[in-house]
Amino acid sequence: MRLINHHPGRTSAVLLGLLPFLLIMLVYSLASQQRLADNPNDKLLPGLEQMTAAVDRMAFKEDRRSGDFLMWQDTRASLQRLAMGTGIAALLALTVGILNGVLPMVRAGLAPLVSALSMVPPLAILPILFIVFGLGELSKVMLIVIGTAPIMMRDVAQRVRELPGEQLIKIQTLGASSWQVIIRMVLPQVLPRLIDAIRLSLGSAWLFLIAAEAIASTEGLGYRIFLVRRYLAMDVILPYVIWITILAIVIDQCLRLANRRLFPWYNAGAH
Amino acid sequence: MSFITVNNLWKEYGSQVVLENLSLNVAQGEFCTLVGASGCGKSTFLKMLLGQETPSRGELLLEGQPFPAEPDRNRGIVFQRYSVFPHLTVRQNVLMGLELEQKPWLGKLFGSARAEALERVDAMLAAVGLSASADKWPHELSGGMQQRLAIAQSLIMRPRVLLLDEPFGALDPGIRGDMHDLLLKLWQETGTTIFMVTHDLREGFYLGTRLLVFDKIRHDPHDPQAFGATITYDLPIGRSDQALLDDINQSVNATARSQAA
Repeated sequence: MRLINHHPGRTSAVLLGLLPFLLIMLVYSLASQQRLADNPNDKLLPGLEQMTAAVDRMAFKEDRRSGDFLMWQDTRASLQRLAMGTGIAALLALTVGILNGVLPMVRAGLAPLVSALSMVPPLAILPILFIVFGLGELSKVMLIVIGTAPIMMRDVAQRVRELPGEQLIKIQTLGASSWQVIIRMVLPQVLPRLIDAIRLSLGSAWLFLIAAEAIASTEGLGYRIFLVRRYLAMDVILPYVIWITILAIVIDQCLRLANRRLFPWYNAGAH
Repeated sequence: MSFITVNNLWKEYGSQVVLENLSLNVAQGEFCTLVGASGCGKSTFLKMLLGQETPSRGELLLEGQPFPAEPDRNRGIVFQRYSVFPHLTVRQNVLMGLELEQKPWLGKLFGSARAEALERVDAMLAAVGLSASADKWPHELSGGMQQRLAIAQSLIMRPRVLLLDEPFGALDPGIRGDMHDLLLKLWQETGTTIFMVTHDLREGFYLGTRLLVFDKIRHDPHDPQAFGATITYDLPIGRSDQALLDDINQSVNATARSQAA
């Protein structure tokens, strides 16, 4: 039988999926043991023991200086920025995307600008944001907005234009005004697609968040990672990276489930 | 004055002539079927009736007034596919038109106004045989049921003209027969003027009061697009004898072949 016709069963698919994770963990722990055997104070490849100790210190013990639980404080600060940035970007994308997609006059005026904006490398204008909005929360949120909104705007406009032309004619024959076309036909059909667009842009949202926190901040997951880098504190950095990854996966899955629940027609292949 | 008047109508795209010198009078309540080879302007003519296209030359009048240049609620349409809204259930799809009419800003009805409108919706669903599927999503319906829904959605607005663009083209032959019966019943009940484009000459002969055959009279083998199509037969139905059907069939097929060549 050809290789392309070999399909894994349910259990073997799960096992095959787990295998690379286990391999990486195995290789890491072997290397870590090796280095720790040579030098018990090695910082580069901390063992499980050092990492749990670090997590315990960061997450479950009050900081000696500030009296805060640092990891939770960092998580809250970062998630707040991420939520605000993506939320504002999504609202902007929805508004501009729908107007661009539905109204030819607006599209003629706005689409070239949106295309040009989406080509600007957001990190290149980070200094401008710091200068204009200061070093506070606003500049970090704005970086996420500027980094993710233009691409989502284009995505939403594209999804709007992909709606069958027949539908657009049909709703006009039912007497719909332009406004009614937007709120009864376009908006409800674009919402699940917007959630998909948010899921896709969350990756870059995290990137911009951590970049902004690394440069100017006093709390946040990205801030902490870049702060402890000075002490080569891999025992803190690695758990933080894993924690960020877990957060990203959980957010993504929540959005996916919300999409399924809220828009049953969308996921049944009805679009 | 006739209900719909077509006067020396031409439609051209650049040097390509689609329709030439079309003249026609249609009375209110007629059921016209439009047949002809692909590319003979049946759908273009339907689009002009709908307001999606405008004539290049000539007149197209509804009760003496030029047709509005964009689709409106006086002219309902059923396409071959995609004419129902996938994000609304069957009932909501039919309710849509009534909601748009009564609520310009929200586009949605609530409370007793909604209940009242739903009574009309349910009566319409019963008329097209969709009562049992009222709360399903369109993707859960078969192709024939989706077309019933599209027809119900249009007819609840009581359009003055109902346009059907190959509405049964994607359906199984058995289902088509049922749809023909349904359409004839609804047409008799509502008295709407109907234009229906079909590929199926027999369908055109069987349904309706009037058969319009779109065909090219002149062919230029070196420049197939130099001449447009016009109405070559305009027959009151009832005169549907076999020899005539064969005759039209032969002529339409010849055009189709010369275009494909």
